[in-house]
Amino acid sequence: MILAWLILIPLMGGLVAWFLGNKYSDWARWISLASLVLDVALLLYFWPAPSTEAALGRSTWFIEYNRPWIPQLGISLHLAVDGLSLLLVALTVFLGIISVICSWNEIHESVGFFHFNILWILAGIIGVFMALDLFLFYFFWELMLIPMYFLINIWGHENRVYASLKFFIFTQAGGLFMLLSILGLYFIHGGNTGSYTFDYTLLLGTPLSPTAARWLMLGFFIAFVVKLPAVPFHPWLPDAHTEAPTAGSVILAGLLLKTGAYGLLRFVLPLFPGAAASIAPMATVIAVIGIIYGAVLAFGQTDLKRLVAYTSVSHMGFVLLGIFVGNLTALSGAVIQMLVHGVSTGALFIIVGMIQERIHTRELDRMGGFWSVVPRLSSVGLVFALASLGLPGFGNFVAEFLVLLGSYRVSLMITVLAATGLVLSAIYSLWLVQRVFHGEEQEGLQMPDLSMRETSMMAVLIIVILWIGLHPQPFLNMSEQALNSITHSNSSTQTSVRGGVQ
Amino acid sequence: MNVSDLSALLPLIIIAATVIVVMFVIAFFRDHKLTAVLTLAGLALAGASLMIVSPMMPRRITPLLILDPYGLFYTGLIFIASFVVATLSYSYLEIHEGHREEFYPLLLLATLGCAVLAGSTHFASLFLGVEILSVSLYALAAYLRHSDKSIEAGVKYLILAAVSSAFILFGMALVYAETGSMDFTHIAAGAASPGVHTLPFTAGIAMIIIGLGFKLAVVPFHLWTPDVYEGAPAPATAFVSTASKGAVFAVILRYFSMVGVTISGPIFMIFTIIAIASMFTGNLLALFQSNVKRILAYSSISHLGYILVTLLASGAMAATAAAFYLSAYFITTLGAFGVVTVLSEKDRDADSMDDYRGLAWRRPWLAGVFTAMLLSLAGIPLTAGFVGKFYVAAAGIGSGLWLLVIILTVNSALGLYYYLRIIVVLYMREEEEMTATPRLSLSGSAVLAGLTVILIWLGVYPVPVIQIIQKMVQGLT
Repeated sequence: MILAWLILIPLMGGLVAWFLGNKYSDWARWISLASLVLDVALLLYFWPAPSTEAALGRSTWFIEYNRPWIPQLGISLHLAVDGLSLLLVALTVFLGIISVICSWNEIHESVGFFHFNILWILAGIIGVFMALDLFLFYFFWELMLIPMYFLINIWGHENRVYASLKFFIFTQAGGLFMLLSILGLYFIHGGNTGSYTFDYTLLLGTPLSPTAARWLMLGFFIAFVVKLPAVPFHPWLPDAHTEAPTAGSVILAGLLLKTGAYGLLRFVLPLFPGAAASIAPMATVIAVIGIIYGAVLAFGQTDLKRLVAYTSVSHMGFVLLGIFVGNLTALSGAVIQMLVHGVSTGALFIIVGMIQERIHTRELDRMGGFWSVVPRLSSVGLVFALASLGLPGFGNFVAEFLVLLGSYRVSLMITVLAATGLVLSAIYSLWLVQRVFHGEEQEGLQMPDLSMRETSMMAVLIIVILWIGLHPQPFLNMSEQALNSITHSNSSTQTSVRGGVQ
Repeated sequence: MNVSDLSALLPLIIIAATVIVVMFVIAFFRDHKLTAVLTLAGLALAGASLMIVSPMMPRRITPLLILDPYGLFYTGLIFIASFVVATLSYSYLEIHEGHREEFYPLLLLATLGCAVLAGSTHFASLFLGVEILSVSLYALAAYLRHSDKSIEAGVKYLILAAVSSAFILFGMALVYAETGSMDFTHIAAGAASPGVHTLPFTAGIAMIIIGLGFKLAVVPFHLWTPDVYEGAPAPATAFVSTASKGAVFAVILRYFSMVGVTISGPIFMIFTIIAIASMFTGNLLALFQSNVKRILAYSSISHLGYILVTLLASGAMAATAAAFYLSAYFITTLGAFGVVTVLSEKDRDADSMDDYRGLAWRRPWLAGVFTAMLLSLAGIPLTAGFVGKFYVAAAGIGSGLWLLVIILTVNSALGLYYYLRIIVVLYMREEEEMTATPRLSLSGSAVLAGLTVILIWLGVYPVPVIQIIQKMVQGLT
C-alpha cells in the first residue's frame, strides 16, 4: 500500500494545491513541497528493508502491491519496486522538489494550476517506474503527458504553442504503437495459456514466434526511443525543452527522458530477448549517431537553452548504447548515466532559467563576462559544465566510462566512435563557459547573484553529483540485482549481439 | 397481443403518453417550465419502468419487437441522453424568442423512434423507428425559424433522410424477395445456407446499409453532417449525434450479430471500407475546420468509424466494446455539446473559436469540463474515452483485424491535433478585460457536472458498467 501512497500523495496534493492556489499562491508552493517531502519520508521508511524474498534472492522485488482493477480484462493495480525502480523513483522525488523550489519566484500566473500539473506529472512518472501491469503502465505513460503539455503550453516561452503540440503528438503517437504491442502480447499470451492478463510477471517468457516478437518489440521500441530520444525521433526535444518553463525543462530532461530508458530496460529487453538482440546492432549505431549528432548540434546553437537541450540528445545516446550493449557493466553505466544526467542537465536548465530571469534573454550573443558580476552563479555554472563534459570526480565520468568499458567488449569501432562524443562534449562545454562566464563583459551588465534559496538548491545538486562521482558503489549495488535479472533473460542472446556488431 | 405484452411495452407506452400529455398541455396552457418538467418527468418515469419490465426478459412482443437485455441497455442509454438533452434545451430555449414548448414533444417523439429501433427485430419495426425518428428530427433541426442556417439544416436533413428511407425500403424489398421474410431470425436462418447469397440479396443488404449509413453519417454518406450540426440548435445537434446514431448502430449490431457480418465477403468488405474511410475523412477534414460545431461533426464521423471496428470484430468482446464505447461516446458528446449549449447566446450558438478564447480564465469550471470532454474524445487516460478506445482496439486485435486497428491508432494521433487545438484556445491568455460574464443556468451546470463525474468514474473504475454490459451481451445472439 506504501507504493500506492507514493502515487496518491502527489495526486491529492495537486488537487489541494490547485484549489487553494488560486487565492493564496504561497499555499500551492508549500503544499507541493510538503507532499513531495512526504513521499521522501515514505521512501526512507522502507528504503533499507528489502523484503525477505528479495534478501533470499528469490525475487528481485523489494515490495509489491497487487489488487484487481478491471478483472474482466485481466487488469490489476500491480505495483512493485526493485533496485532500478527505487533509484529512479528517488530521482523523481528529488528532482520534483528541486523543480518546485526553482520555480518559486518564476511563476506568478495561476500558481495553483501550475503546481497541480507539476505534481500530476510526477505522480505519472512515479507510476511508470513502478507499474508491473502493462495496462497500468500505459495508463501512467499517458497520464504524465497532459499536465506536461499544459506546463509548456501555458507557462512556456515565446514559441510554446508549437512546441507543446509537437511534444504531445510525437510522444502520443509513439505511445499508441506501444498500445498495439501491449494488446498483441495480451492476446498471444491469452491464446496460448487461456488466461488473459496484462500482468508483467505472467507475460514474461511468453513464447513468441520470431516474427511476432519482432513486430511487438518494435511497437515498444518506438515508444521508448521517441521518449529517450534517439536520433531520428528527437525533433520534439529541442523545442519542448527550450520553450518549457524551467521546472518543465528540469522534469522533461531529468525524468521524462528516463521513462524511455526505463521502458527499454524493463520491458523491451526482458519481454523480447531475442528480438531485442537482433535489433541491438542497429540500436547501438543509432546511439552513436545520437551521441555525435547531439554534440555537434549543441555546438552550433545560439540559444543557451537549446544548447543544453541538444546535449541531452548526446548524453541519452550513451544510455541507449549502454542498454543495447547489454552486459552488466554497460547496463550499470546506463543506469548511472540516467541518474547523473537527470541531476546535471537539470542543474544546467536551472542555471539557464536563472540567467533568463535576470537578463530576460537566452541569446548567447548577449551574454559574456558574467564572472565578475555574479561570481557564485558563474562558478556553479562552471561546475556543471565540467560535470557535463565528464570530468573525473563527477558522476557523468563514472557513467560514461562504464558504458564505454562495457561496449569495448562488444565492439571496438562503436566504442571509438562513442568516445569521440566525449571530446565533442568537452568542446561545447568549455565553449559555453567561455562565452557566458568569461569573455568580454557586456556594457552596463547588472544583476543580482544567487540568493540563499538558489545557493542552497545548487549546493545540494553539486553534492549529489559529486557523491555519485566519488562513491558510486551504493548506486551500483542497488541496481545490480535488477540488472542481473535483465541480463539473465538476455544471456542466451549475448553471443549474437557480439557477432552482429563486429 | 395480451396484457402482459402491453406491460412489457411500458417504457414505449409511457413515452408516447407523455407526448400526448405534453401536447395537450401546450394547447391549453402554454408554459415553458411546466412543459420541460413534464417532459423530464415522463422520461424519468420511462427510465424507471425499465426496471419494472426487466424481469420479463427475454420476450418477443409481436413479431416486431423484442424485450431483451441488449435492447433494454440501449433504451436506457437513449433515455438518459434524451433526459440530458431536454435539460440542456431548457436553458437554451429560455434565451431564444418564439415558441419554445413544441421542442419537447418533438424530442420525445424522436426518443420514441430510437427506443423502437433498439428493440426492433423486424424490418417493419426498423422502418417505423427510423421514420418516427427522422420526421421529428427534421423539425428539431429547423426549430429556430428565424435563423437561415437552421432552416438550411432542416431542409438538408429532410432531403437526405428521405433518400435514405427510399434506399432502406428498396433494400428491404430485395431481401424479402430473396428470403421471403422480414424477420431478422428468419433472415439469419436463411442466410446460413449458401444458396441465399445471390446478387439481389447482397444488393438488398447493401442498400439497407447505405440507408442506415446516412443516419450514422459514415463516409461516404456523411455530406449532410457538418451543415446540419452547424445549423441545428445545439441541443438538437447533441441528440442527432448521440441518441439517433446510437439507436441505429444498436439495430445494425443486432442484425449483424444474428446474421454474422463475416458470412458474406462483399458485406464485410463494404464495412471495412466504410470504417477506414470514416476514420480518415472525419479526422483529416476536422483538421481544417475553425468552427467548433463543425469540428465536433467531423470528429463524430471518425468516432463512428472506430465503433464500426467492433461491428467487424464480432464476438462477445466486440459487443461489449461497442456498448462501452457508445456509452463513453454518449457522455462525451453530450458533454461537449452541453458546453456549446450553455455558452450559446440569443442570436447565435457559441461555435466560433473566438467564443472559447481564454475561457479557462473566465470560467475555469466550464473550461475544465470541456477539456475533460475533449480529452475523452481523444482517448486520454482517466476519462471514459480512454477505456473505450482501449476496449475497441482490444476487440479488433482479438479478432485479428490488425490493419483496422493500426489505422485506428494512426487516426487517434491525427485526431489529437484538433482536439488539442481547441484546448489551446481555451487556455490562451486574454489580453483585454472581458465584460462581465452572465451566470450559467443551474440546470445546465448540474447536468455538465454530472456528466463529468460519470466520465471520470468510467475512466477510473469501469468495472460496474462493464459487468452490466457483459450481462446484456450474453442475451445477444
